[in-house]
Amino acid sequence: MTTNTTTMNNHMEYVSPTRRRVMGFIFLGLALLLWGIFARGMDPEAVTTFGLTPGGSDQVLPDWVFNSLPMINTLAGLSALLGAYQLARGFKGRTNLVLGFVAAMFIFGFLSWATSGGSLNIGGLLRSALVKAVPLTFGALSGVLCERAGVVNIAIEGMMLTGAFVGAFVGSVTNIWVGLLAAVLAGGALASVLAVLSIKYKTDQIISGTVINIFATGITSFLSAKFLQKYSELNDPGRFPTIEVPVLSEIPFIGPIMFQHNMFVYAMYFFLILLTVGLFYTRWGLRVRSVGEHPKAADTLGINVFRTRYMSVILGGFMAGFGGAYFTLGSVGRFDEVMTAGRGFIGLAAMIFGNWNPMGAFGASLLFGFFDALAAKLAILRVAIPSEFMLSIPYIATMVVLAGVVGRGQMPAADGQPYEKE
Amino acid sequence: MSEQDNKKKKDASKVFFEELSKSPLTITLLAIISGLILGGLLVAGTSEDVYAAFGTSFWEGIKASADAAWTTYTALFHGSVGNPAKISAALESGDAEAIRRAFNPFFESLVSSTPYIFAGLAVALGFRVGLFNIGVEGQLFIGAIFAVTAGIYLTGLPAIIHIPLALLAGIIGGGLWGFIPGWLKAKTGGHEVINTIMMNYIAFRVSEYLLRGPLKNPEGYTPVSAWIQDSAKLPRFFENPIRFHAGFFIALAFAWVVYWFLFKTTWGYTLRTVGANPRAAKYAGMNITQSTVLAMVLSGGLAGLAGANEVLGVNHNLAVAFSSGYGFDAIALALLGKSHPVGVVLAAILFGFLRNGAIQMQLTAGIPIDIISVLQAFILAFIAAPAIIRTIYRLKEPDMDADAVTLRGWGG
Repeated sequence: MTTNTTTMNNHMEYVSPTRRRVMGFIFLGLALLLWGIFARGMDPEAVTTFGLTPGGSDQVLPDWVFNSLPMINTLAGLSALLGAYQLARGFKGRTNLVLGFVAAMFIFGFLSWATSGGSLNIGGLLRSALVKAVPLTFGALSGVLCERAGVVNIAIEGMMLTGAFVGAFVGSVTNIWVGLLAAVLAGGALASVLAVLSIKYKTDQIISGTVINIFATGITSFLSAKFLQKYSELNDPGRFPTIEVPVLSEIPFIGPIMFQHNMFVYAMYFFLILLTVGLFYTRWGLRVRSVGEHPKAADTLGINVFRTRYMSVILGGFMAGFGGAYFTLGSVGRFDEVMTAGRGFIGLAAMIFGNWNPMGAFGASLLFGFFDALAAKLAILRVAIPSEFMLSIPYIATMVVLAGVVGRGQMPAADGQPYEKE
Repeated sequence: MSEQDNKKKKDASKVFFEELSKSPLTITLLAIISGLILGGLLVAGTSEDVYAAFGTSFWEGIKASADAAWTTYTALFHGSVGNPAKISAALESGDAEAIRRAFNPFFESLVSSTPYIFAGLAVALGFRVGLFNIGVEGQLFIGAIFAVTAGIYLTGLPAIIHIPLALLAGIIGGGLWGFIPGWLKAKTGGHEVINTIMMNYIAFRVSEYLLRGPLKNPEGYTPVSAWIQDSAKLPRFFENPIRFHAGFFIALAFAWVVYWFLFKTTWGYTLRTVGANPRAAKYAGMNITQSTVLAMVLSGGLAGLAGANEVLGVNHNLAVAFSSGYGFDAIALALLGKSHPVGVVLAAILFGFLRNGAIQMQLTAGIPIDIISVLQAFILAFIAAPAIIRTIYRLKEPDMDADAVTLRGWGG
């Protein structure tokens, strides 16, 4: 495993000639698609209109109106140039960054084509993508915390569902802040079960996770059917109000998208920064990562492997509980059975896509949220792409990343392996 | 009796209990019993009557708790096996329909057990090769889609040809959905757990798309497919309301085939060796890539059969979310059955009875059906961590933990 990781490390900096060529052809292919499918047969006079202000915001920006054809041709030309350079010289370490840029241009070209002759509120689309990314990000952060310490957590879904339920229930009985606290603790409680099963009893971690998922689905649906549906006052926690951040929310375009939300979005920014700094720039983070990479070495250096793992997993549970509370306290204001609907698993996917890294996971969540938001808007566009296809993109993208097409991720080396003290 | 004889006898019983406490079967049974006890506690703990009774006195509360648990499990029994009073009344009356009604719960439980057998075999086969196929639910959906398509669009065939073809279509569909993660695992090392989870959701989206569009019954408004041809329906053995059909026996036959394949053929030996010790298998010249792909295809095919069985035997059409978790329950079930075909069949029958009984329980005792998931989670936790059961019941450690499920980590 260790040697494996070393080669992976090198792999990230050194781009093999095959991969360089494959990437070059991908860039050229996207350029060709833009030009061949979208630009051809397009009316040269066609105009695309993008609204820039999300609905409900009092900021007013004029719509962005441009001629569709030149825009698409420009994007196609730029992609082709980047592809040619990639084939000839290669972007080396920045290949994935360029790939992201080309993909973004492709999506933008697609939207310009799909809305030509009509209009699309792109501000609203981005805002909605950010909102949809919130539970995914919390789920992914939960996964990052657990897996960096070497414990595979596929129970994110179950922890979020439980957090959502407990948040709604306790929030209704007491107040919304206590509900949030209870949701966080509920996530932590399930995580401690995962921790005990996988660290103390050395159960296979995927099975422990499955146990928790089955249990969470069962118990929340059971209690919801038994109590919440009968007594509606137990399922009315209210929602956290929207807070406009002073100054920042005044920034044109970005302000309404990023800084006119409820507490959960700001909490997400906070935890993203906290975890990035915590994991990569503090002694605590180094310990967590060492326990996930090489527990024996960490133990030799006097780090308590078991305690570090317990702590990380339970912190991960807190994070999943917080994300779960978003469903009831931040989004709809009531609990429905199985309301997380697989978001925990997309969070897991985002963590993998984001290379076990908080910021990467956030980027992946944003991307997945964007496709989710776009699927809802497809009806108003002029193209007949089934929304189910858009909703499948996160899953397909994750499988592609996992297959190493876009560069193999660096998973913690001891991920999923129980530690046996000698 | 001399003192020596007495001592000898004691030793014999001691040895017997020691052996019993080491037996994996004991753990399994204790896990099921403990799960049922915890389920009873949950029912009692969430009953308003129990709290009211505790208000009057402690003993009343205990009595009410026992009552609540008793009512629940009686309803579970009546719903899954049958109500003895009703059965004897029906037999006395001699009315054929009344008799069928009285025995229906039992047969309906077997109907629920059938997809569990297929799905459980699918997961178990994966486990034997060291693969964790969480994608059974998705493979089941794709299998059902293929089977229902074959059932609708192949016309003019006699049943003896049409049914096997439709079942084969189900195997192909599920096998295809298993092939993709198997191939990805073998070729790129992408972990099958993540890939099968992703494939599950893709399968759900595919089925939603097909049922909203191409496969939708043109005469209806709801996302449901058309009915399959009569010639594709698995034969039923009794008149209404008993839905017991040939699928149950097909499932038993497949359980035997899986047993024979895994334990009596060279391929099965290869697969099990790859599962038990991939490194040794590699040095012995076994083809790990091929084994991984083959195992996932076979596992997916079995899962596809579960879906085909449901559409051809029970529903006769395909609806969105028709499976309601057979594939996920199958994970618990395969572990309970120790990944052995015989164990899987027994566990599947238990789960079928639990599931069917729970529907009745919801109607008569007002206990939400989801309690079954909670029971399964408890049982699964005890099976997966036998140390918990050993601690509670003070059992002896076995000499070697042969049954522990071993899977490869993320890195594969």
